[in-house]
Amino acid sequence: MSQSGSRKILAVASAGGHWQQLMQLRDAFADQDTVFVSTHADNAQDVPHNKLRVVTDSNRHRPALLAKTTAEVLWCVLRERPDVVISTGAAPGLLAIVFGRVIGAKTVWVDSIANAEEVSLSGRLAVRVAGRSLTQWAHLAKPGGPEYQGSIL
Amino acid sequence: MIFVTVGGQLAFDRLVLATDAWARARNHDSVFAQVGHCQEPPGFIAWQQFLTRSEFTEKMREADIVVAHAGMGTILTALHLGKRIVVMPRRAHLGEHRNDHQWATVSRLPAHLGVQVARDAEELAAKLDSPEKLPHASAGSSPERSRLIAYLRTFVSS
Repeated sequence: MSQSGSRKILAVASAGGHWQQLMQLRDAFADQDTVFVSTHADNAQDVPHNKLRVVTDSNRHRPALLAKTTAEVLWCVLRERPDVVISTGAAPGLLAIVFGRVIGAKTVWVDSIANAEEVSLSGRLAVRVAGRSLTQWAHLAKPGGPEYQGSIL
Repeated sequence: MIFVTVGGQLAFDRLVLATDAWARARNHDSVFAQVGHCQEPPGFIAWQQFLTRSEFTEKMREADIVVAHAGMGTILTALHLGKRIVVMPRRAHLGEHRNDHQWATVSRLPAHLGVQVARDAEELAAKLDSPEKLPHASAGSSPERSRLIAYLRTFVSS
């Protein structure tokens, strides 16, 4: 955990659209001590002043790979000891939220703008696990979560 | 230059073939396609299977028009760069994706963003035949994005 006024943030997003959306939201934590986690080292180009940790890309259809990602994400959380975990998806982000919660971090999930008809499976799981769970489509908000609090578009 | 992209994960031969056929018919020699694992490479337009992140960004910047699968990452990049973009959604019933979320995405995209949608080769040709009618896509000042950022900022610092 950090000692001065600023919080330690772990911001997690798989490469591609999820990462794009996280970049659109970075002003929300730009002035904090933020470590990024993604599935492709190229994304470091977008965050030249921050540390980027790379984990294996995987999803629930690839259980062996997912096990690897799980171990890597756990390592990130234990090493960085964030105060806050924020993720725009996908599976690695949900894992970071689960582990973040275990160490007492505040956690928030932002479901992808691509999920316009239905919240993702990870998003539905996040409603139960994350401190806050958001959808970017107002018509998908439900009492008990996810909430609608704006969108990147 | 017209830049065609199917994304980094799945092939999208229908889009590649449609653009190839259009370019051949119009003798348009400035088309470049990122085709992924396509079954058969296009016969007329220039192509490459995959691009690095920087190559992709470079092509997006250079493009006068982007023709793409309805992937959110590509759409967001086009909005960010203010590009003219036509997207074709992958369809589950054609075996192009395991669900129809690209179709759902394009149905829900606010019209004011200016992203054009072509559901098939015919609609794509119609869009490409009238490039002067294609707007530069943009998310504008987006009050909803400011709202979400403000919410997250409060959450993070409270």
